[in-house]
Amino acid sequence: MKVLVPVKRVVDYNVKVRVKSDGTGVDIANVKMSMNPFDEIAVEEAVRLKEKGVVTEIIAVSCGVTQCQETLRTAMAIGADRAILVESEVELQPLAVAKLLKALVDKEAPQLVILGKQAIDDDCNQTGQMLAALTGMPQGTFASKVEAADGGVKVTREVDGGLETVQLSLPAVITTDLRLNEPRYVTLPNIMKAKKKPLEVVKPADLGVDVTPRIKTLKVAEPAKRGAGVKVPDVATLVAKLKNEAKVI
Amino acid sequence: MSVLVIAEHDHGSLKGATLNTVTAAVACGGEVHVLVAGHNAGAAAQAAAAIAGVAKVLHADGAALAEGLAENVAAQVLAVLKDASAGYSHILFPATAAGKNAAPRVAALLDVAQLSDVTKVVNADTFERPIYAGNAIATVQSADAVKVLTVRTTGFDAAPATGGSAAVEALAVVADSGKSRFVGREQTKSDRPELTAAKIIVSGGRAMGSSDQFNAVLTPLADKLGAALGASRAAVDAGYAPNDWQVGQTGKIVAPSLYVACGISGAIQHLAGMKDSKVIVAINKDPEAPIFSVADYGLEADLFAAVPELVNSL
Repeated sequence: MKVLVPVKRVVDYNVKVRVKSDGTGVDIANVKMSMNPFDEIAVEEAVRLKEKGVVTEIIAVSCGVTQCQETLRTAMAIGADRAILVESEVELQPLAVAKLLKALVDKEAPQLVILGKQAIDDDCNQTGQMLAALTGMPQGTFASKVEAADGGVKVTREVDGGLETVQLSLPAVITTDLRLNEPRYVTLPNIMKAKKKPLEVVKPADLGVDVTPRIKTLKVAEPAKRGAGVKVPDVATLVAKLKNEAKVI
Repeated sequence: MSVLVIAEHDHGSLKGATLNTVTAAVACGGEVHVLVAGHNAGAAAQAAAAIAGVAKVLHADGAALAEGLAENVAAQVLAVLKDASAGYSHILFPATAAGKNAAPRVAALLDVAQLSDVTKVVNADTFERPIYAGNAIATVQSADAVKVLTVRTTGFDAAPATGGSAAVEALAVVADSGKSRFVGREQTKSDRPELTAAKIIVSGGRAMGSSDQFNAVLTPLADKLGAALGASRAAVDAGYAPNDWQVGQTGKIVAPSLYVACGISGAIQHLAGMKDSKVIVAINKDPEAPIFSVADYGLEADLFAAVPELVNSL
């Protein structure tokens, strides 16, 4: 079975972004960029399914600027077999990405698409569900466990208040939650090997997709600052403050 | 034009998140309608009809909607939009696990963008939403005819649960998609309030050291305060607390009256999930811990001594 794994290049998890003083966005010049952590989990899950013999080929896809090639090389170092970059200088919003991925799904006919539940830059949590809707596939979002079962796939999902399990027919879309797996460290030999794996570059126009943004960002601002309060010397003072000053207990 | 709210419910009752979403819907302008898609969910539909500010309740009741499968819920919403004579300008889901699951399906099928985790309605087409784990707030404008939103419930007050008397209209139920099937559910059994609805939350971090200590130290405090228990990602990753207790960017977003952070350093991803709490108490022995920068009351102490002492003095 073929699996498609979309990956996004985002500001690294450990970087604290700064809002630009002119309010047009956040300053991402010269900051470290990495693969979206949830997508890394998606690649790892695909590789594990391949190691189990469920999956035969893993295609990593990224939509965005030229530098996304680095993200795709990382995916191939983890174990993806080949990669496709849909290159665009235009800001790509989730609906546009879902349409680009649908075009690739139509072309490659994968049985599974595994991707992160959300990107840690725009925090949208949309692309997987949108792709599932556009392709008419069932979806297993926020997955904490994935098993091949009954000719389909059984997905355990993290939902409010516990876990839920659904059985999906194939082809299907799965979005990963934090604890689906712990991605392996990429080794130097695998990084070298990844450099030789095929990476195809296409444009949105080649796929016949209009990627014009639908949402305009008018302003980006710092969140309201929460002032630091006071340090209390002991438990008795804390209790007194909570009772008499804050009146919350 | 009207605004459609997709109710969060467990068939028998309405979840609190629905009330906050109704408040956001009122801010969008127009008549507010609530869709209750469920199975044997008459009681939830009646509860929706009683919410102040709701003009009409649409009640779709059938086996295909029993487990809230996103494929079927989205199809039901699309069916409502197709039949609506008045037309809907906005479709609002609470930003819960269920809402986040179904909303993008609806948006994609309508060929419109979605606005996730909206914290403020500026006007009918302009909204505020946090990005980068809440480190920036974006004001965004949608060019689409229909706006699909998920609403961050901590950003809006709850609409009064009583005072309304909307008519309940029964709808035809969509057929099952046949592509996904509910297998089972493992609810975390607890007598405590739900994390996102709790007035008080006691939360533990990596410093708790073990699952046993987490429970031994924090449970008495939570019991005493009638609080829900939460955890940082580090504590959950270490196996001290279940996954669905995680508070933060990728876990639950909470805003209780009182948040007690015990042994939590305060990574930005954690702060993103709790900094809208009314009063924050931090107990940590590291004076440099970033949690103190958002805490109203900071106690620099060993939590294993301070928390039991706190329990005794309450």
